Amino acid sequence: MELTRKTAAELSALLAGGEVSAEEVTAAHLDRIAGCDDRVHAFLHVAADGAVAAAREVDRRRAAGDELGPLAGVPVALKDVFTTIGAPTTCGSRILDGWQPPYDATITRRLRQAGAIILGKTNMDEFAMGSSTENSAFGPTRNPWNLSRVPGGSSGGSSAAVAAYQAPLAVGTDTGGSIRQPASVCGIVGTKPTYGGSSRYGLVAFASSLDTPGPLARTVLDAALLHEAICGYDPMDSTSIDAPVPPVVAAARQADVSGMRIGVVTELSGEGYQPGVMARFAEAVELLESLGAKVTEVSCPNFRYALPAYYLIAPSECSSNLARFDAMRYGLRVGDDGSAGAEEVMSLTREAGFGDEVKRRIILGAYALSSGYYDAYYGKAQQVRTLIIRDFEAAFGQADVLVSPVTPTTAFGIGERADDPMAMYLADLCTIPSDLAGNAAISVPCGLASEDGLPAGLQVMAPVMADDRLYRVAAAAEAALTERWGHPLIAEAKGLGTSEPWFSGERGGSA
Amino acid sequence: MTVTYEEALQRYEPVFGLETHVELGTTTKLFCGCPAVFGAEPNSRVCPVCLGLPGSLPAANRRAIEYTIKIGLALHCGIASWCRFARKNYFYPDMPKNFQISQYDEPLCTDGYLDVLVGGRTVRVGIERVHLEEDTGKSLHVGGATGRIHGAEYSLVDYNRAGIPLVEIVTKPVPGTGFGAPGVAKAYVTELRDLLRSLGVSDVRMEEGSLRCDVNTSLSVRGSGVWGTRTETKNVNSLRSVERAVRSEIERQAAVLDGGGRVIQETRHFHEDTGVTTSGRSKEEAQDYRYFPEPDLVPVAPPAEWVEEIRASLPELPSARRARLQAQWSLSGLEFEALHNAGAVGVVEETVLAGASPADARKWWLGELARRANDAGVDVSSLPITPQAVARVAALVASGTLNDRLAREVIDGVLDGEGTPDEVVAARGLAVVSDEGALTAAVDEAIAANPGVAARIRDGKTSAAGVLIGAVMKATRGKADAARVKALILERLT
Repeated sequence: MELTRKTAAELSALLAGGEVSAEEVTAAHLDRIAGCDDRVHAFLHVAADGAVAAAREVDRRRAAGDELGPLAGVPVALKDVFTTIGAPTTCGSRILDGWQPPYDATITRRLRQAGAIILGKTNMDEFAMGSSTENSAFGPTRNPWNLSRVPGGSSGGSSAAVAAYQAPLAVGTDTGGSIRQPASVCGIVGTKPTYGGSSRYGLVAFASSLDTPGPLARTVLDAALLHEAICGYDPMDSTSIDAPVPPVVAAARQADVSGMRIGVVTELSGEGYQPGVMARFAEAVELLESLGAKVTEVSCPNFRYALPAYYLIAPSECSSNLARFDAMRYGLRVGDDGSAGAEEVMSLTREAGFGDEVKRRIILGAYALSSGYYDAYYGKAQQVRTLIIRDFEAAFGQADVLVSPVTPTTAFGIGERADDPMAMYLADLCTIPSDLAGNAAISVPCGLASEDGLPAGLQVMAPVMADDRLYRVAAAAEAALTERWGHPLIAEAKGLGTSEPWFSGERGGSA
Repeated sequence: MTVTYEEALQRYEPVFGLETHVELGTTTKLFCGCPAVFGAEPNSRVCPVCLGLPGSLPAANRRAIEYTIKIGLALHCGIASWCRFARKNYFYPDMPKNFQISQYDEPLCTDGYLDVLVGGRTVRVGIERVHLEEDTGKSLHVGGATGRIHGAEYSLVDYNRAGIPLVEIVTKPVPGTGFGAPGVAKAYVTELRDLLRSLGVSDVRMEEGSLRCDVNTSLSVRGSGVWGTRTETKNVNSLRSVERAVRSEIERQAAVLDGGGRVIQETRHFHEDTGVTTSGRSKEEAQDYRYFPEPDLVPVAPPAEWVEEIRASLPELPSARRARLQAQWSLSGLEFEALHNAGAVGVVEETVLAGASPADARKWWLGELARRANDAGVDVSSLPITPQAVARVAALVASGTLNDRLAREVIDGVLDGEGTPDEVVAARGLAVVSDEGALTAAVDEAIAANPGVAARIRDGKTSAAGVLIGAVMKATRGKADAARVKALILERLT
C-alpha cells in the first residue's frame, strides 16, 4: 500500500479503521519528502521530529478510544507564513531567517487540535509577493509536472508538495490568487474561502484586507475536509465572520449542479489567454451544462480595473505591514557594530533583508499613501474596489456561481518572467477580483493544455459565505472529468520521472 | 533680546490650544489581553499583539471605546455612529509595529466644550475632537547629554506601556484670554483632570504620565485679527508646567517677533528645570504619516442605545456640581473659586452634609485647617481629620460648649490622633465654664480689679468691655464663653 498516493479522505478511513497508524502515514510522507525534495524544494523546513511525536500522540489517543476528527493522523504541509511554535517562520525572507515564533497561528492551533500532522513549512514568494515562488530568498520551488517550470505562487511550495505526493493536504494563503493560481498550474485543487471565513491571526500579513488562508489538496473532497478544519470564527481576528462554516464537505459529497445557474464572465477571456487553457475551460463549461447546469454569460465591466486597483491597495497595506521588520526585536540585524544609530541599523537591515519585489511594493505603497497622492491612488483604488463588489452583486443576481479560467496560461518557465513584473502580475488577472470583493473562489483541474501538456484550471466563484457552492460545482466537474480521463489528472504528472513506482501503470490516457 | 510677559501682552494677543493624552484605566490594553498597569518589571506585561510580532492582530477593547464615549459625552461632544481606526506610520524603536493605531479623519467624538472656572468667571474652551489610540513603548536613552536618542550610547525600551489605551483630547484654539492665557490653560487641564477623575476612566496621575499635555501657542499682533504661526510644546507634564510653558512661549515668540524674526512652525520641548522651551524638530520638514484606515480592525459603530446608556450612567459633572453647590451655599464666584483652588469643595460639602452650616464649614476648612495643611505641605483634604469631626467641632461651638480657642485645641487633638472631638474635649477637659456662679464670681472680680475700665463702660463705652472679657478669660484659662461673659459684664455695668 503506497500511503503517499492516498487522498486525505482515504487515509482518514484507513486510520479510523486501524489499518494504518498515524506514525506509518507520517513516516511514509517524510520518506517521500526526503526522496524528492532536493529536486522540488517545496519545503523550507521539515519538522520531522515534531511530526512523528504528533503522530504517536494521535495513535495513543486512538488506542485510548478518544473521539478523533477526520484529519487526525493525516499529514499537512503549512505555508511558511503561519507562525508555529517549534518550527521557524521565515515567509521566504532573509529578514526573518531563523525567527522562531513564540506562538501558534489560529490555523496552526486548529490543525494541531484536529490531530493533523504538520510535516513542515513550505516555500513561498517572499512575504507572499509573487506568482512563481521565485521570489523566495531561499531559492525557487519546481513544478512537479515539469521541473523547469514554476509551481505558481505565492503558495508554490504548498501546491508543489501536494502535487509531488509529499503531503495530501497543504495550507496556503490567497491575496491576489496565491492559492488558486499555484493549484491551477500544479494540477490540484485550491480554495480561497470567503474573506473573514478563515482566521488571519498568526498569518504574517502582506495585505490585511485581502489575505485569506485556505486549503490545497489533490481532490475537491480533501480540500473541503481541510476547509472545515481550518475555517470558522476567531475572536483574535476582528475581521473574522461570526457565523457557521458553510457545509463544504456535504457539498463536495453532493457534487450536483443540476439546476444551478453558472455565469461565464465575459471579461475574463480573450487576448493574452493561452488557447489550450481556453479550450480546456470551454470543455469544462460544456461538461457542467451537460450535467444540468444553466450556463449564461455575465458581464463584469469593472474587472478590467481590478489589477491596477490591486497593485495600489496591496502594496499600500504591505508598506505599513512590513514596517515592523526593523531589526529591533527579532530577525536579521545588519550594521549593529556600535557605530551606527538605530535608524541606520533599521535602514541597513531592510536594505539587506528584503528582496527586490518586496522593496518595489513597499515603495509603490508608501507612494500611494503619501499626502497629496492618497486620493488619486489609494482612495481611487478603494472606489474601484466598491465598483467590483457591485459587479459581483449584479452577476450573482443572474447566476449562482461564476466561472472563468484560473490563470491565463499554464506554468511558465523558471526565470521566464523574473525580470518582467508586469508579465508576472498578469498571472493573477482572473483571481484578483474575488480577493478585492472578498467572496469565495476555487481552482479545480480541467485538463492539460495541448501546447505544453501542462495543467489548466477552472475557477468557480461564489458569493460571500456561499463557499459550499464552490464545492458542489468543483466536485461535479472533478467527477465527470475523472471519469472521462479514466484517472485523476495528477496521475499525468511526470516531472519527477516515470521510473518512480507510483507513476508506473497509472500513466496512459490523456486529458 | 528678551521681552517680559507684560511687554509681550501689550503688543500681542496669545492664542493657545491643548492636546491632552490620557491613559485610560481599563484592566487590559487596547488591543490585547495584557494587563494595563504602571510600574511593572520592564517587558513583563507583553504578548505577541502588543509587541507587534509578525502575524499578530489587534482586537479592540470594548471598555476602552465605552470610556472614550463617556469622555466625549462629558465634554458635550457628538458621538460618531460609525468611525474607523487609522494607521499612523512612522519608524521609532519604541513603536512595535512602526505604525500606531490611532484615529485620523474619523474620530469617535467631535465638537464639544469644557467650562472652566478662572478668576471668578467661566471660560468656555471648545473641544475639537476626542479620539482613541494605543500608547507606544517607553524609551530610555542612556549616555549622551540630552537624554534623547541622538547621541545616546544605547537605548532601552520597555513595551509594557505599548498598547495601553490612550485618549487624545484636542481643544479648539482659545483666543481672547489675553493676560490670563497661561492661567486659563492651567485651569483647563485642572478641570479636565477633575472631570476625568469623576468619570472614573483614568487615575489621571500627571507624575506617572497617565495625563500628558502638548501646548500649542501662537501670537497675533493686537488689533490685527491675524493669528500667527503656532508652535507645539511637548513634555508638559504638570499643571504648573502648563502655565509656565504658555507663558514662556508667549515671551519667546514676542521676542522673536519684536526682533523682526518670524516664528517657525515646530515642535518644542519644555524643560521643567529652567521653565523654557527649546527647539525640537521642524514641522515644516514634518514627516508624512501616510494615514490610512486600519484594515485589521472593523469599523467602530456604537449603537445609539448604547451611547444613551452611557450618557445615563454619567455622574454629576464637576461644573454642574459647582453651580449647584455655589447656589446652595450662597457664595460668589470668587468665594467659590477660593474653595475650589484650595481643593476643599469636597470636604466642605461633606461637612455640610454632616450638619454644619455652609459658612462654618467654609470657615474651618479655608481658615484653620488650610493653615495646618499649608504648614504640613499637604492638601487640605488629606489632613487626618474627617468632615464629620469638623462638623462636630462646629456644633460644639454653636452650642456654646466650645469657644474658638478651645475648638482649635480640639482640632489639634483630633489631628494628633487623640480620637473624636468629644473624646478630645473629655480627655483634655476643654469645655467652657458653664457654671454661672463661677463665671459671675470671675466677672465681679474683674470689675473690682479694673475700676477705671468699669467706669468707662458705665459711661457708655461698651467697647471697653473687651479688657474685662480678657481678664475673665485669663482667670478661667480660656474656658469661658466670651459671649456669655460679655453679657454678664454689661448686665452689671449698664
